[in-house]
Amino acid sequence: MENLEQILTKHPFLAGMDAKYIKLLVSCASNVTFNDGDYLCREGKPADSFFIIRHGRISIETFIPQGGSAVIQSIEEGNILGWSWLVPPYRWHFDARAIGLTRAIALDGKCLREKCAEDHDLGYEIMKRFALIIAERLESTRLQLLDFYGNSSKK
Amino acid sequence: MATAQKSNKPVEASDIEQMAVRPFVIRQITKDTYDTFSLELEPQHGGGAFEFGPGQFNMLYAYGVGEVPISISGDPTKPKTLIHTTREVGVVTKALRRLKIGATLGVRGPFGNSWPVEKAFGSDVLIVSGGIGLAPLRPAIYYILANRAKYGKVVLLYGARTPEDILYPNYLEKLRSRFDLETYLTVDRATGSWQGNVGVVTTLIARAPVDPTNCISLVCGPEIMMRFTLPELRKKGIEDDKVYLSMERNMKCGIGLCGHCQLGGSFVCKDGPVYNFVDVKEVFTRREM
Repeated sequence: MENLEQILTKHPFLAGMDAKYIKLLVSCASNVTFNDGDYLCREGKPADSFFIIRHGRISIETFIPQGGSAVIQSIEEGNILGWSWLVPPYRWHFDARAIGLTRAIALDGKCLREKCAEDHDLGYEIMKRFALIIAERLESTRLQLLDFYGNSSKK
Repeated sequence: MATAQKSNKPVEASDIEQMAVRPFVIRQITKDTYDTFSLELEPQHGGGAFEFGPGQFNMLYAYGVGEVPISISGDPTKPKTLIHTTREVGVVTKALRRLKIGATLGVRGPFGNSWPVEKAFGSDVLIVSGGIGLAPLRPAIYYILANRAKYGKVVLLYGARTPEDILYPNYLEKLRSRFDLETYLTVDRATGSWQGNVGVVTTLIARAPVDPTNCISLVCGPEIMMRFTLPELRKKGIEDDKVYLSMERNMKCGIGLCGHCQLGGSFVCKDGPVYNFVDVKEVFTRREM
């Protein structure tokens, strides 16, 4: 069975990261499990962590008054959940709910923020990885706004 | 040119015969989504099976209203029944929607070329579709599943705007229960009761379990969807010449005579609608086309 250090070293999100930083991340990491319907985070609550999803699916949702919850995006195994811990005021912008049994590695964002402030090389390594994720999510959101399938003239 | 199954032949007598409309009777009407429906047709005067290749289209004629090109969406291995799926988008498709079971309409075809389903023997197949773009791909899926042993892994990715916009939901559910085909659905918007993926179909490509070095990809959907699908296929490692697209322009005659469906140096009705991506790359980068 792999330990956290081995899992993090092999994860594409951390590919190329210096071993000393992986060890530091391991000190901020823990294995977590969520049952179907459990919330990994709730909108407006303090965002002090992020998650590397190892198994299962997460539904990112927001609450629409008188409309119930709307799913904005789903993420799966291998994906990263959460960047609110990086951005003031460090509060979750959306709910994240487990669809089925979900296993993840939770990383203590508050601890990592402090370490990034002390070591800017680490901060750069973390930021450039999250910048890529944010860019991908932004592009995906823009495509969702384009009405990707609706106006096909394909009959 | 690495076109799918291109026909450069001059117009022949058989082509002229294809201008003749044959009457067909509507045997079944299925409302697929709120604005999409399928017609099951049989020849009014009997006759043999309606042979067609997966990806071909017919011209359907609503008498007294007009003709419209519509992809054949039925099973090419069971050609006795002809199935077309269309969305109500114009005068003719609205007229077709108003027809009842037992009514007749005119059919010309089949026209155009086919998905390269035989060329894909021995390869993995990655099918990417969106919205009503699943309709022209369904005959290819039927064909592939009827010849399943001749292919490697087969993966179907399908995206729709909302769960209610998913085309052929019962058919897709059956596909999802198969062990010899992996089917992934995604929608742009959903309520909390939706348990599936949310996000555009391009986000599914990275995790599609195919071998990109031995994979043929069939793509059909609105051109905006195809435009953003192509870089993701490339990022996955599938080379441009392994990607086939179904294009659409304003098809009228169906035999490359009238010029309405000109796409660069080709006519979609005759040389298409299935193109190798290498042959239509410019369409996705030139604003004039």
